[in-house]
Order: sequence, then C-alpha cells, then structure tokens
Amino acid sequence: MIARVLMTGVIAGLVAGLAVAALQHVTTTPLILAAEVYETAQHAHDGAEASAALSGLSRTAATSVATVAFSIGYALILLAAMLLSGDAIAPRRAALWGACAFAATGLATSLGLAPQLPGMAETDLAARQIWWLATALATGAGLFALLRLDSAAAKIVGVALIILPQFFAPQPATPESTAPAELAARFAASSLAVQAVSWALAGALVGLVWRLLSREREVS
Amino acid sequence: MTANSSVNSTALASSRLEALRAAAIALVLGFGLVWLAGFAYPESVHDASHDTRHALSFPCH
Repeated sequence: MIARVLMTGVIAGLVAGLAVAALQHVTTTPLILAAEVYETAQHAHDGAEASAALSGLSRTAATSVATVAFSIGYALILLAAMLLSGDAIAPRRAALWGACAFAATGLATSLGLAPQLPGMAETDLAARQIWWLATALATGAGLFALLRLDSAAAKIVGVALIILPQFFAPQPATPESTAPAELAARFAASSLAVQAVSWALAGALVGLVWRLLSREREVS
Repeated sequence: MTANSSVNSTALASSRLEALRAAAIALVLGFGLVWLAGFAYPESVHDASHDTRHALSFPCH
C-alpha cells in the first residue's frame, strides 16, 4: 500500500510537473523575464546591482525541477487527503479534489496576496508566508466541511473557515512597481491558470496511475 | 458466521490502518516537498525555485 501510494505520487507528479513546466515556459516565465528587465534597469538607475542568480538553460532546468517537486508534493497531498477521507481514488474524483485544492491554495490566497512579478512592492515575507499557509489550510478544511459533512453546524463552520482568513490578509504594500501594470495583470491571470492546471493535472494523473498500478497488482 | 464476520472486520480494520499509515507518510512527504520548493529560505533553494514560486503564487522575496 505504502509503496503503491509513493509510486503513484512520484509518477503522477513527474508527468504533471513536466507538462506544467512546459506551460510555464510559454506563459509565466517570459513575463517574469520581462519584469526583470524593468527591475534591472531601475536598479542600474539607482546605482544598485541586481541580477538573477541563474540564467539560460540552467534556469529553465532549475525551474523545471522545482515544478516537478511541487507537482509530486501536490500529488502526494491529494493521495493522502483521499485516503484519509476514505474516498475511492479515480481520475474524475481526484481531479475534483485537485480543483478544490486550487480553490484553497490559488483562489483564496490570491484574494489577499495577488500573484506578484519581480520588482513589485512587498511587505514582510514571513508574515505573508504564514497568512498564505493558514488561508490555504483553513479554506481547504472549510470546503471539506461544506461539501462532505451533512450537519448544518459543520456547514456554518465551513463557511466561516473560508471567509475568516480574508479579514486577516496582510496589509498590501504601497503599490509601487518597476513592471508595467499591463504586464502584472497578464501575469496574475497566467499564474492562476498555471495553478489550476497544476492541481487538476496532478489529481487526474493520480487517479489514472493509481488505477493502472492497482490493476497490475490484481493481475500479478 | 460470527467468526467469519469478525475475521472480515479485522481484515477491514487492518486495511484501514494500512491506508491511514500510507496517508500519513504521503502527507508528510507531500508537505515536505511543497515546503522545500515553496517556502524554504536557503538562497540556493530560493534561486532554483524562484520562477516556479512566482508562477504558482507562493510568497517570494
């Protein structure tokens, strides 16, 4: 069981991660690179030095490895959630779990902290990370209570868990950015699309790989 | 009959326990990977994961 869970997570995450890395390469990454041109120009103007640590092929490779790591993590989290809730692990159901995870980690967090390009004004990192994590977890738990529990009390708690974190969102920094607003808007939209694809693909592939591995086990 | 059903329920309980154990391991590993790729501070990890953190809207910088 443990071996099958880990194998499913790794295979599904690897395939989903490579597909998402390709998607990033043509959607979000070009916008990040364009924003860095503006950021570097501003730094040069200010007399400061700033350059990206990685460039070219090594940067693409590092980004792809990171994306695969995220996707394997997403796949394992979805597997754990379905096992804990006693759900059957199948492609359509797993993709729905992925959609809910996207609502929690993508939509809910973007309300308080919009996807950001390099060069945009930022507040304290640790505070933003804590709020992001707390909001994703609370929204996920809230969605579970709302969609899977029957009692009215559980549904009320679910709605509260989804809404409350939004009141504690970090104060946004004074809107200052070296990147043009048009670029930032395109990036925010692309980022949400990439996140949606990451979760849905991780979910669907988890269901598919799980089914294949289970069938293999029955045959042998 | 009773013996049979108790054997069945023991088997069911042990398979549920196995599923919970697998879920716990998957959860720890999954969160570990997401934490490393999305939140960890070491500069080398941050630099490698930079573009993906931005793309997936994890707080960065």
